[in-house]
Amino acid sequence: MLFESKKLEYSHPGQKTLIFPDISLASGESLLVLGKSGSGKTTLLNLLAGLLKPTAGEVILATKDFARMKGQEMDLFRGKEIGIIFQKPHLLAALNVKENLQMAHFFSKKKGQDIGQLLAELGLSEKAKSSVLTLSEGEAQRVSIARALANSPKLILADEPTSSLDDENAEKVISLLKTQAAKIGAALIIVTHDQRVKAHIPNFVEVQAS
Amino acid sequence: MNLFKLSWKYLTFRPLSTGLNVFLLALGLAIITVLLLIQDQFEKKMSQDAAGIDLVVGAKGSPLQLILAGVYHIDFPTGNIPMDEAQKLSRNRLVKNIIPMALGDNYQGFRIVGTNHDYPALYEAKMQSGVLWTKPFEVVLGAEVAGKSGYKVGDEFLGSHGISVGSHEHDANKFKVVGVLERKGNVLDRLILTSVESIWYTHDEGEAEPADSTTNQEEHHMIKLQDSVAVKGFPKTSESRDLTTLLIQYRNPMAAIQLPRLINSGTSMQAASPSFEMSRLFELLGVGITLLQGLAVVIIGISGLGIFIALYNSLKERKYDLAILRAIGASRGQLLLLIFLEGIMLTFMGAVLGILLGHTFLSVIISQNEQGVVGSLQPWIFLKQELWIVVYALTVGVLASIIPAFAAYQTSIAKQLTKA
Repeated sequence: MLFESKKLEYSHPGQKTLIFPDISLASGESLLVLGKSGSGKTTLLNLLAGLLKPTAGEVILATKDFARMKGQEMDLFRGKEIGIIFQKPHLLAALNVKENLQMAHFFSKKKGQDIGQLLAELGLSEKAKSSVLTLSEGEAQRVSIARALANSPKLILADEPTSSLDDENAEKVISLLKTQAAKIGAALIIVTHDQRVKAHIPNFVEVQAS
Repeated sequence: MNLFKLSWKYLTFRPLSTGLNVFLLALGLAIITVLLLIQDQFEKKMSQDAAGIDLVVGAKGSPLQLILAGVYHIDFPTGNIPMDEAQKLSRNRLVKNIIPMALGDNYQGFRIVGTNHDYPALYEAKMQSGVLWTKPFEVVLGAEVAGKSGYKVGDEFLGSHGISVGSHEHDANKFKVVGVLERKGNVLDRLILTSVESIWYTHDEGEAEPADSTTNQEEHHMIKLQDSVAVKGFPKTSESRDLTTLLIQYRNPMAAIQLPRLINSGTSMQAASPSFEMSRLFELLGVGITLLQGLAVVIIGISGLGIFIALYNSLKERKYDLAILRAIGASRGQLLLLIFLEGIMLTFMGAVLGILLGHTFLSVIISQNEQGVVGSLQPWIFLKQELWIVVYALTVGVLASIIPAFAAYQTSIAKQLTKA
């Protein structure tokens, strides 16, 4: 197994402990995480991304349990091996499209994918030098996908990646995520409640507020 | 891409706010630079020009004015003194050397100073070309005068009455350039030196001509013009003549106590000590300088506050950006560094701009009054203290970035990114 999470637990201060279902994915597999609002979907995503530390359990990516990593080690590991796509693109407004992707290479200290080629595959070649402020919502989300893919991560996490997109763009984004994840052999986890996504990925776990 | 470039991109992303802060800081630092340059060069020049002159004697009036007119050739002279009284003084055993001076004429604002060869010798002046004057109406030009007027050895010009531009010209006698002094960066650069006799004869002509111009007087002058002038001591004359100031060197320390009192109470003249009067002047100017320094510090303080507010505000907008950077592998330390770099780059630009602005200010001030004492300052000399200005500025940058940088350090990525 490329990616596994076992017996993950997390408690927000002053609240009940959340217990999450175990996940295991092989290279190239994809999985949806479903659940109602407030069920802890986002907390799970943060745990899987190493943005939060679980109170119990382990998260193993490529035989490394990063739930126990600390500080800079975790940051670097995340930069190298995990690509995260957020609900909003959150591109760095001060930089152009290409520079946004270069930042991923710089901070992860990894050569990663060729940016020109990556942009071409995502249909963004002409936008390489554009300011990110001039992009449409769909384009911006694709750039954020390109950023997540720039380092050829082993795990791709997406948090409601289609929620603010129209049908056409949502379609594009999902198929891009699937094909790119398959191409670089990464495990893909999408947190969503979007029906359009469910149609593409049959595999799912459900998070329940217990 | 690296942190430097990223910081730079963020700075240039907000050009107005960045520009304003840089400019404000630069303004404060420019004032400090100008003060530093003027203070350094002015005091150096002041003490250099007064070196070797222990006492200045002239007509009664303001002692400061006497010094400014007699040593620095800035202010108007206090008046004239009779030469026989001056000569009496030269016989005093406390006096080592006495240099007579007759002022009162100018050429396009450059003062014509009638004196003897001891005066250039006092400043160890060297000839760039030609020789010192030996006959009436022969003059030696200071380097700056020669540069501005373009006169060389052999050229002739008319002087005008008074010590500033715009008075009537003495058209009877032309001054003849016989030498040009080397540039030494002192008061001589701005002077035209000649003999005391030249000054006397110029004024004789001016007064005699309208009254009557008998052949007798013409001849009288013709003879005088052939004579050589006194190159040491006082000019020889049978008539009763006037001088403007005397520069005195003491023979021994005792003179410093006795001589001024002797002159001030025993004669119709007054004596003033350059070092005493200049320290009095600096004391007076000191208030203004302190005020300007205070103003500069306030401006720098405000610009520091401005930088702090700019960084802090932009941090609010950029919490997502910072969280994203963390998500793609940046460590807390790198974000800390990023914000510090922004503050430091901002203030570094301010410092460089401020120093350049300061020097530019000074060169503008200098070009505005070329004939004044400020005119001989050098605007493009860089001092070691200017490095301290850069250090001050960077300190301001670091101080202003501390709080924003730690706020960035503590940004929780999980909260930021999944909040929306």
